[in-house]
Amino acid sequence: MEASAELINTEQRYPFSPLFALDTLWLQVAGTLCNLRCTHCFISCSPTNHSHEMMSLEDVRRYLDEARQMGVKEYYFTGGEPFMNKDLFAMIELALKQGPVSILTNGLLITSKTAARLKSLSDASDYSLELRVSLDGYDAETHDAVRGLGTFEKTLKGVLNLAAAGLNPVITAVEVNDDLGARQGREKFLACLKSIGLTKPRLKILPTLRLGAEINRTRAYESWESLRGRELTKDESLALQCSSCRIATSNGVYVCPLLIDSPQARLGETLQDSLRPFELKHQACFTCHATGFSCRT
Amino acid sequence: MPDLNGRTIEAGAFKSVGFIGGIYSNYLALGKALELLKGRVDTVVALGDFGAFGPHPDRTLEILREREIAAIRGNYEEALAAGADDCRCGYTNPRDNEFAQLSYDYTKAKTSREHVEWMGSLPAHIRLSIAGKRILLCHGSPRRVNEFLWESATPEPFIKKMLDDHETDLIVCTHTGLHWSRFIAPGRGVVNVGALGRPANDGTPRVWTAVIEEKEGAPAVRFLPVEYDFERLAREMESEKLPPEFIETIRTGWWTTCLEMLPAKERAAGKF
Ligand code: SF4
Ligand code: SF4
Ligand SMILES: [Fe+2]
Repeated sequence: MEASAELINTEQRYPFSPLFALDTLWLQVAGTLCNLRCTHCFISCSPTNHSHEMMSLEDVRRYLDEARQMGVKEYYFTGGEPFMNKDLFAMIELALKQGPVSILTNGLLITSKTAARLKSLSDASDYSLELRVSLDGYDAETHDAVRGLGTFEKTLKGVLNLAAAGLNPVITAVEVNDDLGARQGREKFLACLKSIGLTKPRLKILPTLRLGAEINRTRAYESWESLRGRELTKDESLALQCSSCRIATSNGVYVCPLLIDSPQARLGETLQDSLRPFELKHQACFTCHATGFSCRT
Repeated sequence: MPDLNGRTIEAGAFKSVGFIGGIYSNYLALGKALELLKGRVDTVVALGDFGAFGPHPDRTLEILREREIAAIRGNYEEALAAGADDCRCGYTNPRDNEFAQLSYDYTKAKTSREHVEWMGSLPAHIRLSIAGKRILLCHGSPRRVNEFLWESATPEPFIKKMLDDHETDLIVCTHTGLHWSRFIAPGRGVVNVGALGRPANDGTPRVWTAVIEEKEGAPAVRFLPVEYDFERLAREMESEKLPPEFIETIRTGWWTTCLEMLPAKERAAGKF
């Protein structure tokens, strides 16, 4: 009996990703609620997706307290759309007391008043406040195709409001167009950002993940696209974001921002509960490993 | 003891120590910095990244070795000693990587084998003490040779954890090219000594070195600007056909490459 059980295990084995240090704490402050419904959203956020609710200021405060004790290095606020959370400014202020903060946003709600408030929060801290705005192409046609009609203009407005307030956002583009990852596509994108008035354009390109809504836009993972049977070296493990991050949502702590829809990726209620190694069973893990990609800036 | 990757040397107690951050083949600034530190400190330690960016890498190595400057290895020395194909600088953007590759290939081709062997013999860390406080010298961070510790992205709780993890009071590092310090208590914190090799993205061609010495019973840091013949360096870089972008930085003091690694505050301080 023993022997055959072991045989099955070997066949089914996936590598484990140990947490080397909790450097990055993500906070799913807007849950899965968003004012858009992008066709490539890997967690299918929308105005009506309540799988993860907005986090309360108290939730955030509790995780920040725990994170401070544990020596976390940086914080990322995400959703959904963080600016839909009414307590976002209080959350940012709190987090900036203990480390650098990045906010991932679609930019739609960034009015000039919001931008000015962000700038004063940034100025009041020794630590950097990063705004990461998603722009999926350098023209309305490519962008609106995945994000919705009219969103290119609105996002651009948000970006320009930030720039006018003296904040320089990092523009994040998902590689929905194949040439973006290449040097030329990049340079073209940067030139476009300069032409709209960003004097020091900052750009991060992310690969597409075959999760959530993206499955309908292109395709799901093929069965061979998994880490089954693989062993990872220490360097390979370190390259995975889950070796240094966790994400807190209204439903508890998960291993990484990509897998909050996967019950198996929920590791506990508190950060302390969530420190154990994670078995890389998910097919998104294949993308992380194959592309060396991380959601961090 | 904590698990540090690579060999650690215990160097004992000092009153004052001078630190040389990334030299990036700027042998002219190195000469000036050593003059400046002479007689002012008990000893000088170089924290790695001797090559890259500038011209004639062997000249820097000759100075370091002739004067028997204590040194630890940086990512550059690790890469060269291992015969690696790239510098392991840890950049994530293709343009930065292209420039990094250019300087690595140049440096690799121009560094004599004997110097490369010496690099392979360097320790990864040095421990010493000043004013009774334990000081750990590393290149990037105690845990990773190419970790970037920027001022606006290295918060107090994280510093406290690093100090506890590595059983030290003070961490002294380089790798980012910008000098700064953050103390969480007297004599406890992080000092990034910045770089001698290229200016600190502040619109002046000067570069920086640092002295740590006792002040009111605890080690404290002073950053010292180093003025040197940057025009001569720029001309030598031109005749070596090094990228014009690098030469512009030497002359103007503004960074033109590797900008995407900078956190918001550091990026805002520069011109590009
Ligand atoms: S990709 Fe971003 S903006 Fe689009 S639906 Fe998802 S969370 Fe909202
Ligand atoms: S999706 Fe990526 S970051 Fe998340 S657990 Fe898998 S490998 Fe780690
Ligand atoms: Fe370095």
